[in-house]
Amino acid sequence: MSIQVDHVTKRFGTFTVLDDVSLHVQTGELIALLGPSGCGKTTLLRILAGLERPDHGRILLHGDEVTERRITDRRVGFVFQHYALFRHMTVTENVAFGLSVLPHAQRPSPGQIQKKVHDLLSLVQLQAMADRYPNQLSGGQRQRVALARALAVEPKMLLLDEPFGALDTKVRKELRRWLRRLHDELHITSILVTHDQEEALEAADRIVVLNQGHIEQTGTPDEVYEHPATPFVYRFLGDVNVFHGRIAQDEIAHEAADRQHPAEAGSSDEHEVTFVRPHDLELSRSRTTTTQLEATVRFVITAGSRVRLELMSKDSPQTIEVELTKERYRELRLQQGDAVFVHPKQLQVFKMPGP
Amino acid sequence: MPTTFAAKAKNEEWNASLTSEGALVRWALIALALGYLTLFLFVPLAAVFAEALKNGLAGYFASFQDPDTLAAIRLTFLAASLAVPLNLIFGVAAAWAIAKFEFVGKQILITIIDIPLAVSPVISGLIYVLLFGAQGWLGPWLAEHDIKIIFALPGIVLATTFVTVPFIARELIPLMQSQGREEEEAALTLGASGWQTFTRVTLPNIKWSLLYGVILCNARAMGEFGAVSVVSGHIRGLTNTLPLHVEILYNEYNAVGAFAVASLLTLLAIVTLVVKTLIERKSAPSRATQDPEWRMQPGSPS
Repeated sequence: MSIQVDHVTKRFGTFTVLDDVSLHVQTGELIALLGPSGCGKTTLLRILAGLERPDHGRILLHGDEVTERRITDRRVGFVFQHYALFRHMTVTENVAFGLSVLPHAQRPSPGQIQKKVHDLLSLVQLQAMADRYPNQLSGGQRQRVALARALAVEPKMLLLDEPFGALDTKVRKELRRWLRRLHDELHITSILVTHDQEEALEAADRIVVLNQGHIEQTGTPDEVYEHPATPFVYRFLGDVNVFHGRIAQDEIAHEAADRQHPAEAGSSDEHEVTFVRPHDLELSRSRTTTTQLEATVRFVITAGSRVRLELMSKDSPQTIEVELTKERYRELRLQQGDAVFVHPKQLQVFKMPGP
Repeated sequence: MPTTFAAKAKNEEWNASLTSEGALVRWALIALALGYLTLFLFVPLAAVFAEALKNGLAGYFASFQDPDTLAAIRLTFLAASLAVPLNLIFGVAAAWAIAKFEFVGKQILITIIDIPLAVSPVISGLIYVLLFGAQGWLGPWLAEHDIKIIFALPGIVLATTFVTVPFIARELIPLMQSQGREEEEAALTLGASGWQTFTRVTLPNIKWSLLYGVILCNARAMGEFGAVSVVSGHIRGLTNTLPLHVEILYNEYNAVGAFAVASLLTLLAIVTLVVKTLIERKSAPSRATQDPEWRMQPGSPS
């Protein structure tokens, strides 16, 4: 089922949570709503589910307007960040809940419900836990029960509100890969709300980056990561070095080979800001071109798959973060206090208002 | 493994030593607490039963043959059986509204629920006399239509209900607030109706606190003296509840009768405490998150 969000605005008091947001989700797509806390992503999800009402705008599911329709009639599966399992029911009873509240005429027989619950529990790999209560399960298990419960009513779309937010990193990683595989099997139109860019990049077909109630960029994970449309997206999707002012402009940006101009040359009250990812900076021990920036190594972190360095430029007060492969780091034989020359392999320039 | 047990015991000992006092201080404090409790709780409690049984078991049971006493028992149960369900419905509705919704005047509603605790029960009774009494605001109208409220059952039920309003609501509000709205929202997204959500999700989650509140409410309803005393008119066999009847018997120097009836109320209190303890044990995990300040005991009749 396709989802259409049409110019939706939502205010809480004087605070505008969603400001004229429009979005289209194709049937069978897995979309990630990505943004920092307070950007309105959860509110948008709750509006889709019918748990909140928009102040303006419309919601269309499969072309039908449902803005005024009750939650019960929308047939959405909602997965909450804190699971929201019924604590006084066993896993089986939790999963069966959606079927057991159906009107008599539509309700499957107890045998059918039993079978369906069993199938769903094997889908989420929790058959062994059928008679446990939620408080006897781990966080990851609880969230899988919540997912099975949501799937039991055969929803036309699945809304996931930071489903792995309360879990530790390792479980989170496992679960989001598992969710991706599950989506490839079931093809339910799904929206995943998250503030974790890794989760969004890994699990989603398309990413919608939200900031302060409006959409910054929509695109595939590759598009938003490789070609961020705004400084906000650039910053939010990974570490970044930001160079302001003349020095950086002269020494790095202007001479760069693959320079991009997302905006036309602006008026005098705009200035250019250069964004470079730490792994797009190349270091050398001696000056090879005149455009390199001279810096000293202040700090080296070698633990992990890549080596991270913190550099201090003589000409600017800010530190520069660089990420190198282990091989490159060994080649350079860098140590704290060494002088290095910095050169960007790839960068992006944005026009920002103000000096 | 014994070594780990030993280590654990040692750690516990060490932890305990951080906060505990010397033996002398400990014994002095325990003795003080025991002495205090004996003087103010155990001796009076024992005295009630000792006085009631002064003329032997036959005398004790003879006290309950008195038709006025039987009438008082009936009236007390009748008043409680009306006041408790009324407060049950109101308490659940108020707690539901306060815990699950945001609305203007929420703090005022919470404060209003507490008024019966803050006001002396005698004043509570007087409010109804002022409203419905012969000289009260609605008195002439009631007299015209031959409706009796003061010095009759409706007045007693009203006063009892008023005094016991906070018990169930205050028991439920913190629990329902701590449980939040997510489970109800989950039920709604799964297609449950409002009523299904209430009976299958909300109610099971609060049942132990609800039962606890009902028990406290009932204890207070049956034991209430002050407010009921003002509106009852003390008509023997008609408008005397158990606590009022105790006073009348005592004033007539019928000590055995008075204490026999009093022992009934005492037994009710003991049963209440036992049931309360059982419920607390049963519902311990779900109550753990509650703020102890919200905990209430049945107020003693004033």
